[in-house]
Amino acid sequence: MAIRGGAPRRTYTWITAHAPWSAWAWRNTAFTAAAIPPALPVLLGLTYAVTAPGTGTLPLLLVLALCPLLTRLQRSRFWALLGLDVPKVVHEGGRFTPRALARRLRSESTWRQYGYHLLVSPLAALAGALVVLAWAFGTAATCVYGWFWILPADTRTPGWTNEYDAITAAGVLLLLAAPWLAALFARLDAVAAAALLGPNRARELERRVEDLAESRAGVLDAADLERRRIERDLHDGAQQRLVALAMNLGIARATLPDLPPEAKAVIDEAHREAKEAIEELNSLVRGLHPAVLEDRGLDAALSGIAARAPFPVELTVDIAARPGATVEAVAYFVVSETLANVAKHAGADHCRVHVVRGPVPGGPGGGDLLRITVTDDGVGGADPARGTGLVGLRKRVGSVDGTIMIESPLGGPTVITVELPCGL
Amino acid sequence: MRAVIAEDSVLLRIGLVKVLEMAGFEVLAETGDAEGLLAAVGEHRPELALVDVRMPPGFTDEGVRAALMIRQESPDTAVLLLSQYVEERYAADLLATQTRAGIGYLLKQRVADVEEFIDALRRVASGGTALDPQVVAQLLLRRGGGPDPLGRLTPREREVLALMAEGRSNAGIAAELVVSESAVAKHINSIFTKLDLPPADGDHRRVLAVLRFLDGTP
Repeated sequence: MAIRGGAPRRTYTWITAHAPWSAWAWRNTAFTAAAIPPALPVLLGLTYAVTAPGTGTLPLLLVLALCPLLTRLQRSRFWALLGLDVPKVVHEGGRFTPRALARRLRSESTWRQYGYHLLVSPLAALAGALVVLAWAFGTAATCVYGWFWILPADTRTPGWTNEYDAITAAGVLLLLAAPWLAALFARLDAVAAAALLGPNRARELERRVEDLAESRAGVLDAADLERRRIERDLHDGAQQRLVALAMNLGIARATLPDLPPEAKAVIDEAHREAKEAIEELNSLVRGLHPAVLEDRGLDAALSGIAARAPFPVELTVDIAARPGATVEAVAYFVVSETLANVAKHAGADHCRVHVVRGPVPGGPGGGDLLRITVTDDGVGGADPARGTGLVGLRKRVGSVDGTIMIESPLGGPTVITVELPCGL
Repeated sequence: MRAVIAEDSVLLRIGLVKVLEMAGFEVLAETGDAEGLLAAVGEHRPELALVDVRMPPGFTDEGVRAALMIRQESPDTAVLLLSQYVEERYAADLLATQTRAGIGYLLKQRVADVEEFIDALRRVASGGTALDPQVVAQLLLRRGGGPDPLGRLTPREREVLALMAEGRSNAGIAAELVVSESAVAKHINSIFTKLDLPPADGDHRRVLAVLRFLDGTP
């Protein structure tokens, strides 16, 4: 709920706000009185339904059909007269298709709206009428000495009487009470409207979480797409040029045997440099997003890394269907970074990489899990708290809601298990 | 000998033509895509087709698919594929289509070492094999798990096996490992015995036998 900024010019204090002459009093009164017009069709429909149970259902259905319009009227009443914004319920899908209507009918927010319009709105109208009457009778009674002269001569008593004094006092009391009544009814109405006309808070949070998850997935996919674009540009541009350059230097080396030794040395050097640059660019491109991953999937890409590892790697990949591109990329980097870590720190002479995709154990059907296990026979003692590589790994795995478990007792063996949910 | 080239990068294509001419080939056609390649092979029936794997329009494995078609339709044309990355299953697919003609599958950057590349070109054109060491490493990896006959090999025999799978001759292996040719022959016989492979004639059949074993397909 948000109070419209700047609208109440004077500060709201407990006593002055409920004085009959305060702006707040008039505002609350206007608000409660404004409850009457939107309630009229409802009251009419209800009256028909009660008096003629058979044919009365038709006007009632008409009223229910009017509900979206009534909701808009009520929201506008709350906003214009009270400065209160009742959040709009967002309905998905089209408007006037039968399916959209059916979905609307099934939605609990629709039924909450019916509740407001059929129960609260008539009561609010009654309250509005009470407030108006309180003002009217209060004013009339307070001024009894001013107008009782117009009564027929035989029914009035001239001069001051206890009776008229009491009526005057009651009028004043009624005038003092009217703003309080108006404020009370306005308050109750606002609470009911927030609960019944607005969106359900829990549902709203759920929707928000869904939105956030979706937008995060979108960001991840966009980053992934960008990496692939850069990879393609490097592959088809810089890398080809470097290969051509290295080849030309190689041709020069092979076809010009009679060069002076200095020139030959320079060409040799340039040739070596070019080949090293190709290697460097290759590993950079692989780090961005390996082309083989996109073209041929995880199995092929992983066998590439495993073949390049400086120790024997036993690789088994058991994937029936390819997971999404983002999950694939994370899985690839998990294996790639883990093997790099093993090469750097573990001192292992053997490593086993096992990748399997299967249903979530013990979980409901539908979601699949990609489980990656990397086992090495190295020295162990990998500490997730210290290694920056492991922290990076955890972040990467966390970005797709995966989990990572590291078992690495001193003396080995180290087992790293990563589970990535595929297909949310 | 006559050759055609399919490579979409013009810069590389010019260089490749030079290298082929250095190696004594006559370049009959140069093209930038798989369709042009198939047309050129159909027209010229060359001894060798030098093919880039990643070509328009899809930039994935057009070259491999074109190579498979060449093996079917023009069995006398040897194919040497150049690729940004090597994938052992492409090699397995290609080797499964057994013809008289040679087959090669190398990382693109290998063209920088011109002499070795020319060696590979000649080997493939004359019915031999040239497999990238990375492919061989991946093929060896694939044999992991289970009771492994490769485990019976000595480290030196594994090295010899890898070089043999790349398509090297005994002389080439001997030069690479700095041993005598007779020592290489001895290692090879020992490998064939340990792997239950009957010795076969010629380099190409030898590589195929080894690869069939490595790949696990009969």
